[in-house]
Amino acid sequence: MNNLLSIITFLPMVAALILAVFLRGDDPAAQRNAKWLALAATSATFLISLGVLFGFDPSDTGFQFVEEADWLMGLSYKMGVDGISVLFVMLTTFLMPLTIAACWGVTTRGKEYMIAFLVLETLMIGVFVALDLVLFYLFFEAGLIPMFLIIGIWGGKARIYAAFKFFLYTFLGSVLMLVAMVFMYMEAGTTDIPTLLNHAFDSSTMRLLGITITGGAQTLLFIAFFASFAVQMPMWPVHTWLPDAHVQAPTAGSVVLAAILLKMGGYGFLRFSLPMFPAGADVMATFVLWLSAIAIVYTSLVALVQEDMKKLIAYSSVAHMGYVTAGIFAANQQGLDGAIFQMISHGFISGALFLCVGVIYDRMHTREIDAYGGLVNRMPAYALIFMFFTMANVGLPGTSGFVGEFLTLVGMFQANTWVAAVATSGVILSAAYALWLYRRVVMGDLIKESLKAITDMNRREKWIFAPLVAMTLLLGVYPSLVTDIIGPSVENLLNQYHAALPDSGSATEVAQAAAH
Amino acid sequence: MTTDLQTILPELILAVYAMLALVGAVYTGKDALTGVITWLTAGLMAVLAIWIGTSAAPATEAFGGLFISDAFAQYAKVAILLAGAVVLVAGQEAVARRGLGRFEYPLLIALATVGMMMMVSAGDMMSLYMGLELQSLALYVVAAMNRDSVKSTEAGMKYFVLGALSSGLLLYGASLTYGYAGTTLFSGIIGAVSGGEVSLGLLIGLVFVSAGLAFKISAVPFHMWTPDVYEGAPSPVTAFFATAPKLAAMGLFARVLFDAFGGAVGDWQQIISLMAILSMALGAVAAIGQTNIKRLMAYSSISHMGFALMGLSAGTALGVQAMLVYMAIYLTMNVGTFAFIMSMERDGKPITEIASLNQFAKGEPLKALAVLVLMFSLAGVPPTVGFFGKLYVLQAAVDAGLTWLAIGGVIASVISAFYYLRIVYYMYFGETEGTAEAPMSPAAWVALMGSAAVMVLGVINLFGIETAAAAAAQALVN
Repeated sequence: MNNLLSIITFLPMVAALILAVFLRGDDPAAQRNAKWLALAATSATFLISLGVLFGFDPSDTGFQFVEEADWLMGLSYKMGVDGISVLFVMLTTFLMPLTIAACWGVTTRGKEYMIAFLVLETLMIGVFVALDLVLFYLFFEAGLIPMFLIIGIWGGKARIYAAFKFFLYTFLGSVLMLVAMVFMYMEAGTTDIPTLLNHAFDSSTMRLLGITITGGAQTLLFIAFFASFAVQMPMWPVHTWLPDAHVQAPTAGSVVLAAILLKMGGYGFLRFSLPMFPAGADVMATFVLWLSAIAIVYTSLVALVQEDMKKLIAYSSVAHMGYVTAGIFAANQQGLDGAIFQMISHGFISGALFLCVGVIYDRMHTREIDAYGGLVNRMPAYALIFMFFTMANVGLPGTSGFVGEFLTLVGMFQANTWVAAVATSGVILSAAYALWLYRRVVMGDLIKESLKAITDMNRREKWIFAPLVAMTLLLGVYPSLVTDIIGPSVENLLNQYHAALPDSGSATEVAQAAAH
Repeated sequence: MTTDLQTILPELILAVYAMLALVGAVYTGKDALTGVITWLTAGLMAVLAIWIGTSAAPATEAFGGLFISDAFAQYAKVAILLAGAVVLVAGQEAVARRGLGRFEYPLLIALATVGMMMMVSAGDMMSLYMGLELQSLALYVVAAMNRDSVKSTEAGMKYFVLGALSSGLLLYGASLTYGYAGTTLFSGIIGAVSGGEVSLGLLIGLVFVSAGLAFKISAVPFHMWTPDVYEGAPSPVTAFFATAPKLAAMGLFARVLFDAFGGAVGDWQQIISLMAILSMALGAVAAIGQTNIKRLMAYSSISHMGFALMGLSAGTALGVQAMLVYMAIYLTMNVGTFAFIMSMERDGKPITEIASLNQFAKGEPLKALAVLVLMFSLAGVPPTVGFFGKLYVLQAAVDAGLTWLAIGGVIASVISAFYYLRIVYYMYFGETEGTAEAPMSPAAWVALMGSAAVMVLGVINLFGIETAAAAAAQALVN
C-alpha cells in the first residue's frame, strides 16, 4: 500500500464523480441515496486514513508514505506526511463524515451539495499531503471553488456578498504566494518541498525601491507567503471576510470552514514560512506576535457585542487562531506544539459550536441571540452539550482547549513576555463572551412564545456530537496522544530553524533548554 | 521552384480550394450549399492541421527567405487551423438560424486562415504585410456580414478604418526599417540590429511595427476597437475573431521581435512589458461594468493578450514557449465559451445580456457546469488548465527578472476573477428567473463540453503540448 495517501485524497472525488454521473433526478429518494453514498465515502476515507495514522512512525522526522510521479512543466506529483501534517489529514477525514451527517436536512439541490463537500474533502486532504509547491497551491486554491459555491448557493440572505468577499480576499492573498513560489522554483530549480526545506534562500540585506530590507529575499518571500496564510488563517486585520462567510454559509459549510479550512493557514506557516525562510521569519516574528496579541484581544472584544451567534463564534475563532500564530512565531517547542494542538482542538470545538448553532437554527431559522433564551427548559441534552463546548472554547482544564491555550501561552512567554501578558487577557475575555452567550441563549426562563414548542436533539444529532465530545475530552486529559506524534517533527523543524539563523548558537540552546 | 511550392503546399491547397469553391458555388446552388461548404472547409482545415502536425518536415525557407516553415510556424498553424475548423462547425447552425448562412462566409474564413498561415510563416516585411492584409480584409467583410444590422455594419466599418490605420502604422515602420537596415528580410534586419548599437531609425521602425501589430492583438493602448467589433459582429463571427487571428497576430509578433529584432531584446522588452501590464490591468478593470457578455469577453481577451505578452516580454525561449502554451489554452477556452455564447437566445432571437443567464443552472445543469469550468479556467483558478497557462507566463517573467510584471499580472487576475465569477453567480445563485435558452447543435455542444473537459483533464499532462511548444520556441529563439 504505497499509494495510501492518493487513495484517501481521491476517494471522495471518485464518489463525487459517481454521484454526478450515475445519480439522476432531485427527488427525495435520489437525495437520500446521495447522502448515504457521501456518508459511506467519507467514512471509508476515514477508516482508510486510520491506516496512515497507525502506520505512522513518530520517531521518523522525515516524510512517510511518500509517493512520487512526474507531472507537467517539470513539476512532480509528490505526496507524503510528516508529524506536522498527519494529524491535519486525520482531522479532515474525521470531521467530514460528521459534516455530511449534519447536513442531512438539506433538501435544495441535495445531490450537488454532497458533490461539493466530497470535492472539497479531496482538495483539503490534498493541501496537507502535497509535497510539491505547485501541487500544494493547486489544492489550496481549488478549495475556493467548492466553498464559493457552497456559500453562494446554499447560504443565507447576504450570501452573494459573502461568497464574493471570501473568494476575492483569499484569491488575492494567494496569488502573491504564487509569484513567490515561481520565484522559488526559478531560484532553487525545484518545487520539491523536502528539497526546498533544506535550501537556504538568499538572506543578505538588500535594497529595493530605496528601502533596506533585512533578511533580503527571504523576507520578501516570507511576506508573500504571509499575505496568503494570514488571510486564510485569518489574522487581524485581514480577518473581515471570515465573519461574513461564516454567517452566510450553511451549517456544514461553517463547520468545514472553521474546523479545517482555517487550519491551512497555520499549516502553511509551519510548512513554508518558518522552515523555508528562517531569516525572514526571524525579522518578522515580533511583528506577527504583536498582530496575534492584538487579534486575540480585539476580536474577543468584538465578539462580546455580537448579536448573531455565528458571528460571535466566528470572531472567537479569529481570537483562537491568534494563539496559533503567536505560538508558531514564538518559535519554540511549547509554542509550536501548542499551536498544532490548538488547531486540532479548535477543529473539534469550533466545529461542534457551529453544529450547536445549526441545531437551533434548523428549528427556529434564526441566529439572533435575542430570539432565544431559556432553552434548557425544553432542551436539556442540547444545553449539556452546548455547555460542554462552551467550556472547551473558554479553555477549561480537562478539555483540549485548555492544553492548546496553555502551551501556546508558555511558548509566547519565553519569546516575548509582553505579548504573552496581553494574550492572556484574551483568556478572560473569551470566558466573558462565551459564558454570556450561553447565559443568554440557554439559561433563564423560557418566556418566548416561539420557543415553547421547540424539541430537543434527535438521535442523529446526538450521534454527531458524541465523537466530538469524546475527542475533546480525550485530548484534554491525555494530550500526549497528539504531542507524541508531532513532537519529533517539531523539534527537528526548530533545530533547523535555529541553525539557519545567524546567531544560531544561543537560540539553539534556548530551544533545547525549553524542549527538556 | 518546386521545393518552394512544396513548402507552401498547405497554404496553396487551402487558397486554391477557397477560390474554386467560391466560383463553384456561385455557378451552382449558392447559399443552399452553405452547410456543405462549411463542413467541407472545416474538414479540409482539420486535415491540413493533422498533416502539418504529423509531418516532421525540417525547417525550410521558400522564395529566398520570404516564407519560413519551421516548428514555430507548424505549431501556430495547427492551432489556427483547428481553432478555425471548430469555430466554423460549432457556429454553423447558429449562422443558419440567424439567417446569415451565406456561402461566402466559410470561404472568407478559409481565406483569412490562409492569411494567418502566411503571417506565422513570414520571413520578410513584405510577406508579413501580405499575410496580414489577406487576413484582415477577409475579416472586415465577415464582421459586417449581418448586412441588415446597423451594429454589425458599424462593427465592420470601425474594424476596417482602424485596421487600415494600423496597417499604415505598420507599413511606415516597415519602410523605416527598410531604410535603415537596407533590407526587408528578417534575416537581414537581425544582422543590422545585432551589430551592437541599434540606430534610432530602426528603433522608431520597431516601435511603429509593434504598434501596428499591437492593434491586431488588441493590446492596450490599441484596443479600442475590440469591444465594439466583438459586440457588433454576429456571435459566430466574434467567436472566430477571439480565437485564431489572435494567435496568428501573436505568432507574427513573436516572429518580428525574435527573427528580425532578436538582437535588440533590451529595446523592445520595455515596450512589450508596458503593453502587457496595461492590457492586463485595463482588461481586468473595464470588464467589471459590462452587461453584455460579448463586450465582457472582449475585455477578457484584452487581459489575456496582456498575459501572453508577458511571456513574450521575457525575451527568452521559455517566454516564447509560455506564450505559445498560453495562446493554445486561451484558444481552447474561448472556443468553448463562444460555442455557448452563440447559442444564447430568447424566443429564437440571439441575446447577449449577462443578466439573462439568471438561474441558468436550474434548467441546464450540464451546460452551466461546463461554462462554470470555463469561467474558472479563464480566471486562472486551479485546478483548471487556465491556471497552468498563467503559471507558465509567470515563470517566464520571473525567470527574466520581470518580477514586478508578474506581481502586476496576478493582481490583475484577481480583479478579473470578479467578472468571471459574476457569470457563475448569475447562473448558479441568481435570484430572479432568467430568460436565456441555449439550444445547441451537436457540434456546438461537443465544442463546449470538449473544451470544458480539456480544461479539467489537461491537469494531468496538458495533452503534451509542452514539448511541441518547446520545440517551436527553440526554432524561433536560437
